[in-house]
Amino acid sequence: MQYQAEVIIELKAGMLDPEGTTVKRALEHLGYEADSVRTAKKYTIVLKAADIHSARENVEEMCQKLIANPIIHNYSVSLREIE
Amino acid sequence: MSIAVVQFGGSNCDLDIIHVLKDVLGVDAELVWYKEENLDRFDGIVIPGGFSYGDYLRAGAIAARTPIMNSVKKQADAGKPVIGICNGFQVLTESGLLAGALTTNNYPKFRCECTYLRVETTDTPFTSMFRKGEILSIPIAHMEGNYYADEPTLAALERNDQVVFRYVDKSGNATDEANPNGSRENIAGIVSQRKNVLGMMPHPERASEEVLGSSDGLKVFRSMVEYISNK
Repeated sequence: MQYQAEVIIELKAGMLDPEGTTVKRALEHLGYEADSVRTAKKYTIVLKAADIHSARENVEEMCQKLIANPIIHNYSVSLREIE
Repeated sequence: MSIAVVQFGGSNCDLDIIHVLKDVLGVDAELVWYKEENLDRFDGIVIPGGFSYGDYLRAGAIAARTPIMNSVKKQADAGKPVIGICNGFQVLTESGLLAGALTTNNYPKFRCECTYLRVETTDTPFTSMFRKGEILSIPIAHMEGNYYADEPTLAALERNDQVVFRYVDKSGNATDEANPNGSRENIAGIVSQRKNVLGMMPHPERASEEVLGSSDGLKVFRSMVEYISNK
C-alpha cells in the first residue's frame, strides 16, 4: 500500500521563534493585530508500507532519527492512504 | 602527526584550516571527504565551518548523519581531540557528540563581525595555552549560532567546567549587548564531558595571523597540536 505522511515540525513551546516574531512585526506594520505568530515546517513523505501502522512506525523513526531535533522540536505525523 | 580536516559538500572554511595547520603551524593536515569511513591514521580532527548540504533541514543535521561521522565518533571515543567550528559545531550537536542545539539567531540575521570571547577554562586540549579569563577577539559568521540547552544541561555544563568560551564586551563582561545571537548564558563554545571534543561558533582560523587583524585564535590550534605532541 502507498501512504502519504504529513510531518509538521515545530519549535517547542517557550523557545524563541525569531522568524515568527519578525512576521508578527511585519503584520503589525500592515495594520493587522496578532497575539503571536509561530512558524513550522511541513514535510510531505510518500512511502510504501504493509499497512498504516507500519507506515506510521516508519515515519516516526524518520522523525526521531533525522527530521526533528528532540532538543528543540515537537513533531506531529498524520497519514493517509493514497492511490 | 597528522590532522584530518573533514570536507562535506558545502564546507567552505576547510582550506583556511588547512592553511593555518600547514603554513602557519607547520603541521601535516589532510582534507578528508565525507564518505571516508576510517580516520584511524589521524591524531586529531577538525570539522570546519560552511554550509554543509545548504543548511537544509537544519544546519548540520544532514552532515551529522554521513558515514564519516561514525568514524569521528569512534576517534572521539578513543580520546582524540576533535574540534568543530561554526557549521562544525552544529554538526557536533546534531550528531550528539556535544550537548544542546544551535538555532536561529534571536535577531534572525546573518551576523559576520568581530566578537570578544572570554576563556572560561584552560583545562581542555584546545585552551591549555590561554590564561583563564583571557579576552580574545575572534570573528563570527553565522545565522544559526544561538546556543540552546535546557536548564539541567546548562547546570551540568557549568558543574563539569565544560563551558569554554563566552561572548563578552571588550572589558570581559558577559552582557546581553555582547551576545550576538541570543545564546544561553552567552555561550560561544563548549566541550564534551571528557573535554576532547570542542564546538565553537566563532572562527579561530580567521584570527590566526596578524595580517587578519587578530591572531588570538591561533592558540586554539597550537594548544591542540601541543596536546597531540605530548600524548
